[in-house]
Amino acid sequence: MAGPRPELEAWQDPTAAPLVEINGVTKTFGSHYAVDDVSLTIFPGEFFSLLGASGCGKSTLLRVLAGFERPDKGRVLIGGEDVTDLPPYRRPVNMMFQSYALFPHLTVADNVAFGLRQERIPRGEIRQRVEDMLKLVRLNEFARRKPDQLSGGQRQRVALARSLVKHPKLLLLDEPLGALDRKLREHTQFELVNIQERLGITFIMVTHDQEEAMTMSTRMAVMNEGRIRQIGTPSEIYEFPSNRFVAGFIGAVNQFEGRVVEQQDDLLLVHVDDSEGDAAELRVRSSQAVAPGTPVVVAVRPEKVRIGTTEPPAGDNRLHGRIEEIAYLGDVSIYHVRVPDGSLIEAQLTNRARRAAAPLTWGDEAWLGWNSEDAVALLE
Amino acid sequence: MTVRRPTLVFSLLAFGYAFLYTPIFSLIVYSFNESRLVTVWAGFSTKWYVSLLHNEQLLGAAWISLRIALMNATLAVVLGTLAGTALVRFGRFRGRSALALMIGAPLVMPDVILGLASLLLFVAMEQLIGWPAGRGMTTITIAHVTFSMAYVAVIVQSRLVRLDPSLEEAAMDLGARPWKVFFVITLPLIAPALAAGWLLAFTLSLDDLVIASFTSGPGASTLPMVVYSSVRLGVSPEINALATVLVALVTIGIVIAGWSMQRKARQTQV
Repeated sequence: MAGPRPELEAWQDPTAAPLVEINGVTKTFGSHYAVDDVSLTIFPGEFFSLLGASGCGKSTLLRVLAGFERPDKGRVLIGGEDVTDLPPYRRPVNMMFQSYALFPHLTVADNVAFGLRQERIPRGEIRQRVEDMLKLVRLNEFARRKPDQLSGGQRQRVALARSLVKHPKLLLLDEPLGALDRKLREHTQFELVNIQERLGITFIMVTHDQEEAMTMSTRMAVMNEGRIRQIGTPSEIYEFPSNRFVAGFIGAVNQFEGRVVEQQDDLLLVHVDDSEGDAAELRVRSSQAVAPGTPVVVAVRPEKVRIGTTEPPAGDNRLHGRIEEIAYLGDVSIYHVRVPDGSLIEAQLTNRARRAAAPLTWGDEAWLGWNSEDAVALLE
Repeated sequence: MTVRRPTLVFSLLAFGYAFLYTPIFSLIVYSFNESRLVTVWAGFSTKWYVSLLHNEQLLGAAWISLRIALMNATLAVVLGTLAGTALVRFGRFRGRSALALMIGAPLVMPDVILGLASLLLFVAMEQLIGWPAGRGMTTITIAHVTFSMAYVAVIVQSRLVRLDPSLEEAAMDLGARPWKVFFVITLPLIAPALAAGWLLAFTLSLDDLVIASFTSGPGASTLPMVVYSSVRLGVSPEINALATVLVALVTIGIVIAGWSMQRKARQTQV
């Protein structure tokens, strides 16, 4: 959703100077590894998301960056400076809290001015900057109000203004949209990205909502059990998940467990366990060299699976089955097809494609197929 | 049942109020008694209030009690707040459970033991380091602070536990040092608890008889001590007059506090 971008993104450019470097950070609570040997490099101007289920360590990692938790091992560098041992009030970083943490005894304007008042900034300048910031989040009418006289969405914007007013090099956002209702959340997603692009501040956001991470981020890291499982742009992570966890966590996916039979150039021939005939032979593109016999999971997204009554030519990836369930979601329809080996395969058809094709209904026999380059081989 | 419910509720209510307030009410009524005998009504008079004004022993004791209570409440709030903050905000430091236990101890310790222990300590200290020289207001205040700071610590602790820790983190994140965070964010937010703790410590000190009796010295008799010793020689209606004045002061205080709290609540609603 971002505007035109340079040809080479900062993370692909070997000469680019990173803003944040996290080197082998580990944080334990008792015997529990909240963050386990995480390394991460983030570049200026990025909107980076840490995505994962609750308890995966993403919030702890954010708190390490803010300075509220001290890592047991590893270093954190911001703008080339080692900040691992710096307290929160000495870091060029601000944070927007999940609960917003607005000071209830101060007005909106005083909340926003709080950060500036901690530095020796002339009163006139503070007033000006607070006013500008409140204008940016469209709250200048509410400057005299107390936080408990605001709606949830307004409070969220006060929290954003307060954390941006010091022009930090890096803004940390802990589930910034978590407390908003669905409609407001979608609107605020765009607003946040707009503000981020306008101010040019680097954002690191923690979220458990994959859709949110996908729409807002330039890059994201998927975390599980304290470790980063994959880092990449939203489309890289969606199209080319590097392991089963990421494939299963982001969106829906059909998975086939099997073993590599042989490799022909960049095509792997995979024998699927416990199945026969067409279903047993799958072809999947892989750039890596894989030895025959290696266990592999073939993953294919439902929207990449074609469904129809005509039989695809032999030698394609094809499965035959019976439609068990059709879910009509408006823009798309989801088909659950039971194949001979007993598993359920999910296929997705857009509304337009569904109307164009021969009508399929419950209990119909149908053919499923997909292109070899649309599937991913997960070795792990 | 023949008794209708509203009647039942009303009579229970009346009984409850009577149970609570008859002693105080009769005390107030008899303070305007003409007779010297507290239990015999002999017509309306305010002469005991006049004679109270001239009773320097009682007034002096009231003044001592008031000063001790003020000093005690203030010191107890400072120390109790520090203790409560340490217990809630400083994580699992060494000796935390010992501190928690020792803070709680004065709440359940009988006054007699606290008083006796304080007395023994003061005597021993005087012999060892020569301070405090003799017993008086200072020793009473110190003894009062030791037990009333425990109450303040408990009140502050329960308020701090309910305070979102990310408020303090946010202030630190915005560049405020820990001490500044405490004074600018934490303190204003727990102010109601501090006020409640101060009032409680003030009251505890004002009506303590046992500990004060142990730790007091010549010339430092508190009001409860004087009242108690004079009642043993027979109750003078002057005591009734004094009690009425105290009740009036407390009532005025409560009314003002309630009124200002209501006003504040209305302000935040707007």
